[in-house]
Amino acid sequence: MAKTHVKMTVNGKEIEALVEPRTLLIHFIREELELTGPHIGCETSHCGACTLDIDGKSVKSCTMFAVQANGADIRTIEGMAEADGTLHPLQDAFREMHGLQCGFCTPGMITRAYRLLQENPNPSDEEIRMGISGNLCRCTGYQNIVAAIRLAAERMNGTQNWEAAE
Amino acid sequence: MNDMTVPREEREAKLEGMGCKRKRVEDVRFTQGKGNYVDDIKLKDMVFGDFVRSPYPHARVKSIDTSAAEALPGVLAVLTAETLKTVNLAWMPTLAGDVQMVLADGKVLFQNQEVAFVIAEDRYIAADAVDLVEVEYEELPVLVDPFKAMEPDAPVLREDLEGKTEGAHGARKHHNHIFEWTVGDSEATDLAFSKAEVTVKELFSYHRCHPCPLETCACVASMDKIKGELTLWGTFQAPHVVRTVASLLSTIPEHKIRVISPDIGGGFGNKVGVYPGYVCSIVGSIVLGRPVKWVEDRIENLSATAFARDYHMTTELAATAEGKITGLRCHVLADHGGFDACADPSKWPAGFFNIITGSYDIPTAHVAVDGVYTNKAPGGVAYRCSFRVTEAVYAMERAIDVLARKLNMDPAELRLKNFIRPEQFPYPSALGWEYDSGDYETAMRKAMETVDYAGLRAEQAEKRAAFERGETRELMGIGVSFFTEIVGAGPTRNCDILGIGMFDSCEIRIHPTGAAIARMGTISQGQGHQTTYAQILATELGIPADMIDIEEGDTDTAPYGLGTYGSRSTPVAGAATAMAARKIKAKAQMIAAHMLEVHEDDLEWDVDGFRVKGLPEKTASMKEICWAAYNNVPPNMEPGLEAVSYYDPPNMTYPFGAYICVMDIDVDTGAHKVRRFYALDDCGTRINPMIIEGQVHGGLTEGYAIAMGQEIAYDDMGNVTTASLMDFFLPTAVETPFWETDWTVTPSPHHPIGAKGVGESPNVGSVPCFSNAVNDAFAHLGVTHIQMPHDNWRIWRECKRLGLTG
Ligand code: FES
Ligand code: FES
Repeated sequence: MAKTHVKMTVNGKEIEALVEPRTLLIHFIREELELTGPHIGCETSHCGACTLDIDGKSVKSCTMFAVQANGADIRTIEGMAEADGTLHPLQDAFREMHGLQCGFCTPGMITRAYRLLQENPNPSDEEIRMGISGNLCRCTGYQNIVAAIRLAAERMNGTQNWEAAE
Repeated sequence: MNDMTVPREEREAKLEGMGCKRKRVEDVRFTQGKGNYVDDIKLKDMVFGDFVRSPYPHARVKSIDTSAAEALPGVLAVLTAETLKTVNLAWMPTLAGDVQMVLADGKVLFQNQEVAFVIAEDRYIAADAVDLVEVEYEELPVLVDPFKAMEPDAPVLREDLEGKTEGAHGARKHHNHIFEWTVGDSEATDLAFSKAEVTVKELFSYHRCHPCPLETCACVASMDKIKGELTLWGTFQAPHVVRTVASLLSTIPEHKIRVISPDIGGGFGNKVGVYPGYVCSIVGSIVLGRPVKWVEDRIENLSATAFARDYHMTTELAATAEGKITGLRCHVLADHGGFDACADPSKWPAGFFNIITGSYDIPTAHVAVDGVYTNKAPGGVAYRCSFRVTEAVYAMERAIDVLARKLNMDPAELRLKNFIRPEQFPYPSALGWEYDSGDYETAMRKAMETVDYAGLRAEQAEKRAAFERGETRELMGIGVSFFTEIVGAGPTRNCDILGIGMFDSCEIRIHPTGAAIARMGTISQGQGHQTTYAQILATELGIPADMIDIEEGDTDTAPYGLGTYGSRSTPVAGAATAMAARKIKAKAQMIAAHMLEVHEDDLEWDVDGFRVKGLPEKTASMKEICWAAYNNVPPNMEPGLEAVSYYDPPNMTYPFGAYICVMDIDVDTGAHKVRRFYALDDCGTRINPMIIEGQVHGGLTEGYAIAMGQEIAYDDMGNVTTASLMDFFLPTAVETPFWETDWTVTPSPHHPIGAKGVGESPNVGSVPCFSNAVNDAFAHLGVTHIQMPHDNWRIWRECKRLGLTG
């Protein structure tokens, strides 16, 4: 099948590639770019395991072609930490609050939570629950994920109540 | 000078041993996207497999034409039953003693059954080729309803079993009958019923559902033809068993097969079985000499691998007028689908269903289970529960509510009246188990006090009155459940998988600097084994958990074990961990005695080393002992510090818990709101309270899904109607209730550290709790039982039936 040239920024790096028009973005990210953090849990836009941050939006990359991301600025879980390796507050908070078990939903969940906190830096628990409702988790029952996002928000806002981490 | 002058508490804290909310080791990689799951594996020359599946639930396969698919550029092979026959693999044995088609051989028995396996250069080409395989079917009459399976003129599903009147578990009564399993004293039970002042009888159907872990099943098979070695990565909850099965099926010697379970994205029972995808990938790799990857998509996962439940339980209780239960009788019709592929220990075709007498002192009971074939997917896994325990608990916990209603007693009071009392342990149940320990009344009363049970009942009465007056359109339900689980399979005298006893194992090596590695026969799928086993070792050995690596899942390095399911990791492998550690500690004590020039009996253990009795300043810390193990051991002792334990548990463990749910139901929409859910779990000794709480949250959420809507449903034609996440209910963060957790601690007396296991209790205990809440909301209207799942539509339909809404 004829291939199309695409150019995009992924985790701050310019990349160029030839892709088949039918290649899903998630397959391109995982198999061509070897960024296997984002996962596939359904391929039908339900589970959110494949969530990427694309041009300032959370996008389920199993329902988008790689060619549609031409020119896009993409961030995956692999681009969440700072260049010096310092983790994003969400990454720390998920571990501290036990917001993950098998870890399969985690990259998508953190990527979604990252955008949620950009959109709403100080969400209520209800807003967090609504904000991550496109991401399924089969292990945690969400309660500790909500707590982790709340903790990260507090830290990012500098309003952290340290007891929350206990 | 040595480390042991530091105060005891400080040394203890540094270990991060048992009881500590230790942060998980695993999370460092998982939060950075550095997990390594099967689909992340990329090997040189790797190719992809994909299935052609049957659109029909019951049909004869007249012909398969693979020529167009094979002609597609990039397609390397198309396997069919005919190809597999050349290597004697068209059929494979199941864990339940039946056989199962790997690829359709002459007919198909359920929709989406595997018919052909296409192997291509990439997954897109494989998918194209699947469409090019032409299969000609001749439809056959379909059997969907298990209650019709044994009618005389029911369609014959398993022609391969024609004339076989004996199955793996005794006589077969009908061509669609698999087995009958009975336990208990039927005469004594009949007598109890004939003498009873009160009896109740109800059919409780526990619908078909599915574990649906977020990661589907997958594998990569790689045959090295030159070395004659097969490496198989897969989402396996029991890698060692998979290796044995792979060896038996392929005739590759077991030592030439390496099975690796890398990170697993949830299992919940889905990943215990052996599936056609694994077999076809192995065959494909052997044929092509290239690695073959196979990854299920979600529809395949839901419709073809590992359903759970589908138990139809006619349950009866006999009691005195005062509410003392005197007998239990239950008949189960078990729908096993087209092949009996239930994942139970070999001698237990209905799992541990005979735990049905639950937490109650019931003197006599009888159970009979009939397994039948239908045109549905095979499976029958323990979805986050020990084998068939959740079904049993559901039947008991619903039945006791029905009895309470008939006796006009409060359901919590009726439970309290019938509990096995603490002094009765170890308790021999009427159906043959010996419960290890329990204090049920304390747990129940703590739960009732915490939620102000009496207050809730008063509120419910008020709310019902308000409903009568037309002031509200909501009905309030209070669900109570009290469960006893049976986990930790199990003693090898009565538990095996394909003849291999269900022990588990731990092998520990301590390095000279006092760092250590322990390898286990189990495999984590999110339970945090890397974290918790190290905590057990830290406490047992006085080595900080951070200095201990835990490895599992690679059959080349790990000791043989039966894997992780049925909450068996802590009860069995956790015990092996402690036992191996104790062997090391015994040797360490001899080395310490040699170092300190005293007799070993003169030493006492103190957190992280030994002290000389009466001379507390004379010490040998574990760190010093580890070093000495490699250069200063007593004469005639071998150097080094290693041990292995294969632990054969003397008994199961019996975790228990008390759950209470408060739910409001809108009669005009059938929508419900869980206002409160309180879960008290007693899992014996608590290794990591943070992880326990997480396990409970997860299990409750699954239980909520099952009770309130999750279902694998079939229409009358045998089409599976809920095979995508569009229709199969997985709660999001919005629907999921807030969970309150609590605990009591009743250690297991026979377990080295007293732990019982917890991962599955919340699923087992919560399903009846939700269902009891729904039923309780309508109980004052004469309702005894509404079948699950309790989705809005079904509840609304019930409201309509009762004339509550227009
Ligand atoms: S894989 Fe994209 S939403 Fe599930
Ligand atoms: S941690 Fe397993 S799916 Fe979320």
